[in-house]
Amino acid sequence: MPKDQGLVSWKKLAPGMFILEPGNSAKFKTGDWRTYRPVLDKEKCIKCGICYALCPDLCYKKDEEGYYIVDLYYCKGCGICAKHCPKSAITMVLEED
Amino acid sequence: MGKVIAKEVSIAIAEAVAQCKVDVISAYPITPQTHIVEHLAELVNNGELDAEYMPVESEHAAMSACIGASATGARTFTSTASQGLLLMYENLFIASAFRLPIVMVIANRSISAPISIWNDHSDVMTIRDSGWIQTFAENGQEAVDLIYHAYRVAEKALLPVALNIDGFTLSHVIEPVELLDQELVDKYIPPLRMKYKLDPKKPITMGAIGIPEIYTEAKKAQDEALKASYRIIVNAWKEFEKLTGRKYQPIESYKMEDAEVALIIMGSLAGTAMDAVDLLREKGKKVGLIKIRLWRPFPLRDFLKAIGKVRAIGVVDRAVSHGSTGGPVGIEVRSALYQSNKRPKVVNFIAGLSGRDVTVEDFVELFERTYDAISKKPRFSYEIYGVKE
Repeated sequence: MPKDQGLVSWKKLAPGMFILEPGNSAKFKTGDWRTYRPVLDKEKCIKCGICYALCPDLCYKKDEEGYYIVDLYYCKGCGICAKHCPKSAITMVLEED
Repeated sequence: MGKVIAKEVSIAIAEAVAQCKVDVISAYPITPQTHIVEHLAELVNNGELDAEYMPVESEHAAMSACIGASATGARTFTSTASQGLLLMYENLFIASAFRLPIVMVIANRSISAPISIWNDHSDVMTIRDSGWIQTFAENGQEAVDLIYHAYRVAEKALLPVALNIDGFTLSHVIEPVELLDQELVDKYIPPLRMKYKLDPKKPITMGAIGIPEIYTEAKKAQDEALKASYRIIVNAWKEFEKLTGRKYQPIESYKMEDAEVALIIMGSLAGTAMDAVDLLREKGKKVGLIKIRLWRPFPLRDFLKAIGKVRAIGVVDRAVSHGSTGGPVGIEVRSALYQSNKRPKVVNFIAGLSGRDVTVEDFVELFERTYDAISKKPRFSYEIYGVKE
């Protein structure tokens, strides 16, 4: 059973379903019901970070070159980043399956 | 052993709670529970009890405060009745699901409307499925003993315990009561050490979302914990017997050895019912009484053993389960019997609503009607006894 889906035997749960490990919500996959995925065009991107600032799920992280890259493990495909990108560098692309 | 002193049962309960060295008491006054928390407030105010007394704006807040305090590892107490219990309702389920060892006394009282301050079991029956351990006391001494027992059990099982005492009939009467010596209480209820609690040094999450992939497992774990508490409950009574000589069992029987007809009852009416048993026994009728002391988790095996070879059972409920096939206890009993091959006739009476007297004569009548069920098919799945037509 994949841990990121929260599937465990009832015998392994802590009493009260308490979570004993702080900050483990980072393990939880929230990007599994996305319809559209944001795709960045680095040619147009000016590295302004508006996508990073506005993402409601804090999916964007800066890479070594200074680009903000979405983490699809968490991205729910809301499209706020694409909508607000001043250079229209982000396009929402339909997930294939 | 402690001295036997005549005390109002509410006061005796408060003193027993204080002996258990509670850390936090949070309650809102409601008749007929008030004297319990009022006396605890006095003990705190007088410096006789080192505890935090949290007066709150409602029972919803009282239970919330107990949950919060208990989650930090504090020993907690609250008490309520009737509308107050209903106002706590949503939080009761959280307390049990969080496995918090909160102890609560319910001074059982009817539910509005019509408004009534008098006694029946319609309040506690609404929390039947809440995951709380639920016990019933028959008299003042039992109420006090079950307080000690409640803390012992709650903290071992990590589950909340609701101790039920009949409002007024128990809460407001003066009875000879023996409080245990403090030394014995300390032995029976060691300091509370919770493995999982809210502690900034060791943070954990309580109350995380239960997505469909895990909710079922969480409920299964909780259900198993309540079932497993049975052993803890029984062992705590055995331990109590060793300390005090007073014996308690999940199901108490009275003259059941050769009984062919039995009534089933909970709470303080048992005393009156036992008088009726004695009266009928003098006339050669083989009758007996079963008292359910432990209501949740329901002691199925003890119950099936206790009924022996009776031919008919009369279940005396103290609450209406509107639109159902019986009173709450009647439904439970019929369901329990289906787990065995025993098939006594079952008649279900609802009696003593809102403090209406159920006398010895009434119990004799209920026994006679239960006798009738052996030969005649009962006309109703349940009957509201004594209603004026």
